[in-house]
Amino acid sequence: MESVSGLRYAHPCIEARVDPELVMAEFQLNINSKLVKVEAPAEEPLLSVLRDRLDLTGTKYGCGEGQCGACTVLLNGRAARSCLTPISAAANARIVTIEGLADGGDLSAVQEAFLEESALQCGYCTSGMIVAATALLSRIPKPSDDQIIEAINGNICRCGTYPRILEAIKRASHWSVSGGSQ
Amino acid sequence: MSPGNDLATVFLDGESDHLPAVEHTSTTEVDRRTFLKGIGAGLLVLLTRTPAWTQESGRTFGSHDLPKDIGAWLHIARDGNVQVFTGKVEVGQNIRTSLAQLVAEELRVPFDSITMIMGNTDLVPWDMGTFGSRTTPTMGPQLRKMAAAARQVLLEMAAERWSVDVATLSAAEGRITNPATSLSLSYGNLTRGEKFAKTAPDDPALTPVETWKIAGTPVPKAEGRDFVTGRHKYPSDIARPGMMFGAVLRPDGFDATLASIDTASAEKLPGVKVVRDGSFIGVVAPDAFTAQHALSAIQAKWTVPPQPSNNGIFEYLKTHPEAGEAPPSHVSGSVSEAWDKADLKLEAQYTVEYIAHAPLEPRAAVAEWNDGKLTVWTGTQRPFGVRDELMQTFKLSQAQVRVIHPDMGSGYGGKHTGEAAIEAARLAKAAGKPVKVVWSRTEEFTWAYFRPAGLIEIRAAARYDGSLTAWEFHNYNSGPAAIGTPYVVPNQFIQFHPARTPLRQGSYRGLASTANHFARESHMDAMAHAAAIDPLEFRLKNLSEPRLRAVLQASADKFGWGKANSTSELGFGIACGVDKGGYVATCAEVVIEPKTKKARIRRVTQAWESGAVVNPDGLRNQLAGAIVQGIGGALFERILFSGGRIENPHFAQYRVPRFSDTPAIEIVLLDRKDLPSAGAGETGLVGLAPAVGNAIFAATGVRIRSMPMTSGSALNRDTGPVFRS
Repeated sequence: MESVSGLRYAHPCIEARVDPELVMAEFQLNINSKLVKVEAPAEEPLLSVLRDRLDLTGTKYGCGEGQCGACTVLLNGRAARSCLTPISAAANARIVTIEGLADGGDLSAVQEAFLEESALQCGYCTSGMIVAATALLSRIPKPSDDQIIEAINGNICRCGTYPRILEAIKRASHWSVSGGSQ
Repeated sequence: MSPGNDLATVFLDGESDHLPAVEHTSTTEVDRRTFLKGIGAGLLVLLTRTPAWTQESGRTFGSHDLPKDIGAWLHIARDGNVQVFTGKVEVGQNIRTSLAQLVAEELRVPFDSITMIMGNTDLVPWDMGTFGSRTTPTMGPQLRKMAAAARQVLLEMAAERWSVDVATLSAAEGRITNPATSLSLSYGNLTRGEKFAKTAPDDPALTPVETWKIAGTPVPKAEGRDFVTGRHKYPSDIARPGMMFGAVLRPDGFDATLASIDTASAEKLPGVKVVRDGSFIGVVAPDAFTAQHALSAIQAKWTVPPQPSNNGIFEYLKTHPEAGEAPPSHVSGSVSEAWDKADLKLEAQYTVEYIAHAPLEPRAAVAEWNDGKLTVWTGTQRPFGVRDELMQTFKLSQAQVRVIHPDMGSGYGGKHTGEAAIEAARLAKAAGKPVKVVWSRTEEFTWAYFRPAGLIEIRAAARYDGSLTAWEFHNYNSGPAAIGTPYVVPNQFIQFHPARTPLRQGSYRGLASTANHFARESHMDAMAHAAAIDPLEFRLKNLSEPRLRAVLQASADKFGWGKANSTSELGFGIACGVDKGGYVATCAEVVIEPKTKKARIRRVTQAWESGAVVNPDGLRNQLAGAIVQGIGGALFERILFSGGRIENPHFAQYRVPRFSDTPAIEIVLLDRKDLPSAGAGETGLVGLAPAVGNAIFAATGVRIRSMPMTSGSALNRDTGPVFRS
């Protein structure tokens, strides 16, 4: 049996699109309220740009195929899979990563709630979970359990911390609705 | 390490900068020169099995090598900060927190003053690895003993300084206090300027568990803030100056041979280097995106030999034994005689499929060569094992290889090996620069190793009154963990049959305990139904082990077992077991959707006992997580393979548990302060599958004897009648 190896084994961040030239272009990104310039091929996913070119490694690679949610960032306030978002598509958006959620030294309500509920084990999914929950709560401040599950069912936690994550999101929702984060 | 041989040796190291150089040999367990240089002034305590060190009392340790059989060491700096050094690694199981609690408790210091230095081969004592639920029962007591010895030494130093009886002094909050004079000294101040070695009591009195103030409490995860802010650096996050990105060309199937290759177009890409070393073909590029492009530009043809597939895999495993079969692990009485005379008989086959660990962080490594010394940052449960792999691959001495383990995105038994570390080191050597390799999800699904598939055959017999008389159990390939039965059965024959596996297989959280519990507890349930006895009552009738009876009863009580009967749309199931010192009982409530007949787990109650609880919050997190992870193997996880290829190497095709699969979970902890703490990272997984299968049977009358239960394998959907003689 013979076959030609091709794109079967996608590498981190990338299901490579054929572009033998790999033309570098300069992009201006609005990340965590800062304007940054970065050079990258237009097709390169935002995920590897953040991680490899800007050292914003809080956003994680989990599958590169939009199936696990580890790479979730906010694009104009909405949760987006940075592994499937080419840098060219992110250039005009307000990008917020996990590093941009805390206000100075103060954690966001969702971050604080994850700590209060001990809603993590290895923590590798935590960035994506927190960012996805942040997007949800900005859209629906007081979501039902079903709404939470629908919003974050695309985020995988292999340690199985789902019940605590659910509680953390509800706690953050409660704080936000009741007007304080503690 | 047998407790009786442990000795705690204490060094008082006032001016580490002036330490004479330590002779280094290739057989020493750590690069002690580096270690001693790196450590600051203060008190250094080591736990060792080497009695020779007891002779060193009162002498300088300068010209002597440090003892080799060291389990752990700790250092108290002048500022009172305590560093604890251990070869264990944190992978999400929370030992960075729980071990620090034990040290803080015995040393009488605040929890926050402790920093755990873990899995860094140049700094920590040798350790086989973090697996088998061994950290809590072995490393825990070692650290307690070491910390208690250090506290005793500090008390004696203060007594000497103040010329008072040591028994009049007390240690608390990092200080020694003399209640009579109200004088007190911090640990850091006490050790300042001292420079001599001293032997601590080899069997220090440990703090009774009943009086624990820090251990035994729900201390939050150490460094938790770094995880919710994205600041924590996992292995795949490590970056080094000048670092390049590597990628490895994978064959088109297992055991493939390269027929032809053309790398010309890949080599034309900017900054790309193609590396060939025998059958190894990789690329190095300035960024990961370019590296992937270069890999795709390589034209390679492979020849893949014919190989087995899922189809017929269980027969394959049974008919392809490994040479030199192991003897039965347990034989008592005569199963055949008991079988012939029995009132109730039941024999059946159970199967489990190959499944993948699929840790969310795939294998990753950064390798850097400096003057012939190789440093690798990588995610592994065995940093010293990976160091050995690197030594062998690159013909290096121990002193030339350092493996550093940043707390990783977990492993579940799936990261015992050093593939990515070797690949990164190979590419870094060729590139002359540091190189990062991060496996793709597809690579992780394909080129890691799997939990073994297995076939289990059981025949069991009982009297009409429900007392078991015979138990014969054969496990083909899945593994021998927890293969025995905890039930009282006079006639037993239990054997593991290793097989020649078509897929690469290895450790998985709980090992074969999951498969063996699924088979045994499903079979026990079937026997209970055959005897027309309630499944809980049937188990208790055949069980004398008090700890297992206790969790069984606790789980049933909390669940409300027996308060409602199963219906065609709602089933209740129960299962229990013991492995690695952890006792577990699980009750499951399963809803059968009337139209689709699909089963959904609605509620799970699990009781757990593993001796004295070190951190109840961490323990609950582990147990609930194990239940959720167990749902995957129980209901839908299965690796599909044929022709040397994995056919479902994506999360879209290989379903793992998600939020929507998660039931309501209740955990009942039985805290036995009178018993030593056992590990709890694995055995919490084993009760879920049989409890769910038994609940499905209770609702539908269909006995599913395969994991995953939704695979629909005809062999194991057994609706046939129970054998009654």
